[in-house]
Amino acid sequence: MGRTSTCCVCVAFAFFAVSANAVDIGQIKTSKGSVTVERATQSLPGAIGTRLQTSDVITTGNDGAVGITMSDDSLLSAGPNSTLALDRFAFDSTTNQGKFDASLRKGSLSVISGRIAKQSADAMTVRTPNAILGVRGTEFVVSVDE
Amino acid sequence: MLLTSTLIACANRGTVVLLPEKDGKPTAVVVKENDRETVLDKPYAAVRQTPFGARPFMSTPEEVATKFGAALASQPQRAVSFTLYFVEGKDEFADESKRVVESIFSEIAKRPVPDVIVIGHTDAVGSDQINDALARQRAEAVRAELIRRGVAPENIQASGRGKREPLVPTPDGVAEPRNRRVEIFVR
Repeated sequence: MGRTSTCCVCVAFAFFAVSANAVDIGQIKTSKGSVTVERATQSLPGAIGTRLQTSDVITTGNDGAVGITMSDDSLLSAGPNSTLALDRFAFDSTTNQGKFDASLRKGSLSVISGRIAKQSADAMTVRTPNAILGVRGTEFVVSVDE
Repeated sequence: MLLTSTLIACANRGTVVLLPEKDGKPTAVVVKENDRETVLDKPYAAVRQTPFGARPFMSTPEEVATKFGAALASQPQRAVSFTLYFVEGKDEFADESKRVVESIFSEIAKRPVPDVIVIGHTDAVGSDQINDALARQRAEAVRAELIRRGVAPENIQASGRGKREPLVPTPDGVAEPRNRRVEIFVR
């Protein structure tokens, strides 16, 4: 790490940051068939192990499915023909306070909420084109049908 | 009536279903559509978005398996947690915790892309400032030890919760060995 623990403490107090890799908000833990991560103008393969950032949009094809662990322990997994956007993610690992907004544009999603939702009711939302889900806990599924 | 329900089913724009909790704890999702709020707070309580507005209903395990089987089958493995205990006021392991470290490594070996979250805790002796720093030091000590034993540094994050999350609740200022701990989550 190359920095003292005192310095790490300062960083943890100063920002909504988890670690030196502050931009990493989650990781793809399962990936099947066609999975893509759209990041700004790039399109990356959504392979197992891929680290995710705020504003990433994950899409699955006809044969695709993907499972993501977020840094607050939220688990999200999408079935085939799905588009999931990680719109906003902020997490303070000292206080467990934060904000997580994701949106399912199409397809199917299963969610197990994590530390952010556990700490504050409604700090986590999942949007669909027709609805806003306020997550108080813990496991649910949501679909968007075309 | 049959015609109406068929029309609604065909014009389904989306569905939300609350699933049961593994430990039976209370749980809820609030679904807002335009001005209408539907609170789902029972296992399989569900709501459908239709062109005619939100339609609450009770779903079933079979329906969830049919519609969401692929998404559910792709859920990442849940984290497995381990706890290490510390000597008072220090970042040294208590003796009984040394063998827990071995179990942590066997769990890491089981996972295709493991990452490890290390969270330090303290007892309630001292200020938040002191305990936040100590909790962080304990977590960093564990992180350093796991790295020394071969875990890739980029796969371990350490943080401290200070005295905010005691295992055994105590009044402020009470020394409690069971609260001087570090939790390790292998994900």
